[in-house]
Amino acid sequence: MLLPKPAERDLRLDLFRGLALWLIFLDHIPSNIVNWVTIRNYGFSDATEIFVFISGYTAAFVYGRAMREHGAVVAGARILKRAWQVYVAHIFLFAIYTAEISYVAHSFENPLYGEEMGIFDFLQQPDITLAQAMLLKFKPANMDVLPLYIVLLAGFPPTLWLLLRVPAAALGASALLYALTLYFEWNIPAYPNGNWVFNPFAWQMLFVFGAWCALGGAKQLSAAILSPVTAALAILFLVFAFFIVLTWYIPGLDALVPRRLEEWMYPIDKTNLGVLRIVHFLSLAVLTVRLVPRDWPGLRSLWLRPAILCGQHSLEIFCLGVFLSFAAHFAMVEINQGVGMQIATSLLGIVLMIATAALISWYKRIEGRSPQSRPGPPGTTLVGGGV
Amino acid sequence: MKPIVVALLCVLIGGAAVAKEGNECITAAGAIAPDFSLPHVALAIAKKKLDVAIVGSASSELNGPAGTNIAYPTRLEEALRGLLPGVTVKVATYARPRETASEMEAKLPRIISESKPALLVWQTGTADAIRGVDPDEFRVSLDDGVDKLRAADTDVVFMNMQYSPRTEAMLAVTAYADAMRIVALKREAVLFDRFTIMKRWNEAGVFDLYGATRTTNVAERVHDCLGRLLADVVIAGAKLAPAADKGTQ
Repeated sequence: MLLPKPAERDLRLDLFRGLALWLIFLDHIPSNIVNWVTIRNYGFSDATEIFVFISGYTAAFVYGRAMREHGAVVAGARILKRAWQVYVAHIFLFAIYTAEISYVAHSFENPLYGEEMGIFDFLQQPDITLAQAMLLKFKPANMDVLPLYIVLLAGFPPTLWLLLRVPAAALGASALLYALTLYFEWNIPAYPNGNWVFNPFAWQMLFVFGAWCALGGAKQLSAAILSPVTAALAILFLVFAFFIVLTWYIPGLDALVPRRLEEWMYPIDKTNLGVLRIVHFLSLAVLTVRLVPRDWPGLRSLWLRPAILCGQHSLEIFCLGVFLSFAAHFAMVEINQGVGMQIATSLLGIVLMIATAALISWYKRIEGRSPQSRPGPPGTTLVGGGV
Repeated sequence: MKPIVVALLCVLIGGAAVAKEGNECITAAGAIAPDFSLPHVALAIAKKKLDVAIVGSASSELNGPAGTNIAYPTRLEEALRGLLPGVTVKVATYARPRETASEMEAKLPRIISESKPALLVWQTGTADAIRGVDPDEFRVSLDDGVDKLRAADTDVVFMNMQYSPRTEAMLAVTAYADAMRIVALKREAVLFDRFTIMKRWNEAGVFDLYGATRTTNVAERVHDCLGRLLADVVIAGAKLAPAADKGTQ
């Protein structure tokens, strides 16, 4: 609000990040009929791509300006501070998760589920698992996005420095790292087995691409993005992806997919951000930019305000969403798991996310207005909580 | 004569009662018809000798209070014997807690040479989800397993994880369930969708899958229904097979 030109901020980013946060929340509630609206059921990519791309875009937008105005050291320090905040948020969520799982482990017993009770084994060795959790190696279900984000932010200062000097070199380095990661199968090990669910060495590419777009790349590409040929290709690809997804559910359809294509196409890897996922996301993005121009009046309408508010406080709302998805599942288990309850908890969760975002905005406003409370330079924290 | 009649009546009424309670779970399970045929099962039935092997983890085992085996493999064997009079049916179970798909895949050759089954029921997914095995690695294990089984003229039925409402938010099974469904579709193998069946039971209120209990009452009835449904799927899969076809894929 204290920004010199508030109009500079592209509200579309907040809008779609807000929507992505809602989708991530919905996807995290198991056995939820409302899940059927989320985009992962209609193509290769899902809300994670939207979230990571927009986060890269806004990070470059906010910290890029800070780097130009205050230098690389100050901007780098702020990025690392943000990474630290995300880390603290992750550990906080882990504590809530552990509380819930410990409760269930103590209150639930059934010989039918002897096998499933294996997920409580980690409670037997708190010394190891807590340390592994703090090292970000032990990540329970649905807690994989924030660790990815922490690593992306921690590596961002040098990337941003290069992006501001030789944007093409930064983008090229990012693509090279992605390619090498796919080739050599690099990843960070996880505890007790396997690797990170979201491989940061692969996913960084979307983050850096978002940042590159924010720092002028989008303008360079605008002719290509807005060309009808691109739009047609994007539509074709989305239709193709939808058809392929249908073959995963309907027996017999699979016969229509040529074997060569299958061999080339599968697996469509989420961990390593498979190429088809990127192309699917870019197709969605190209069409979105076409359908929703930057100065679209609807962006100022009351109807979209809730999603935009959520998108402006993404870290807080993301964490809240993860917590609410635990809580929603808990409520379903303890009270009722009917379709009505699924819809009600989904809607209630989104309403709570909106209310919290509004509350945070209000806090920022009152804190921003009192001169003593914010001695730091304006810009970073005021742009809707930054990243 | 009288005692015999009374005894017969008791058996009939008792049987009807059990069947009624049991049928509720059969109807509530919904459509479970197999998508693909089981040609080697059809061939084995024609030869009057059906050997089935079950490879799985802890949810393929269940012992009653008296130590009797009440798990679905035993129920499957009994149901198949009832449905296939004159056919010698044998079900061998190779279940080990915590075993992943790749560990199971590694022991398939031993199982094949030991029991020479016409059908292998492959129950897996939960242990991999708990241990956080890479879903892609999981998929490759299933795929390699299908190769080995096909080479040994053995049909395969995949059985996915149990629906466990209490632990659902803590255990991300979707990636593994999807992998099983996709391998089944790609390789034209039958998937016994235990997850969906149990979910339907839960929705229809046939079984209380939320309740905490130390007794095996619910578990016993669940396994009984699973065994009978699985038998229906096996028979239906065999009927889909063209009579004289040796069943290339």
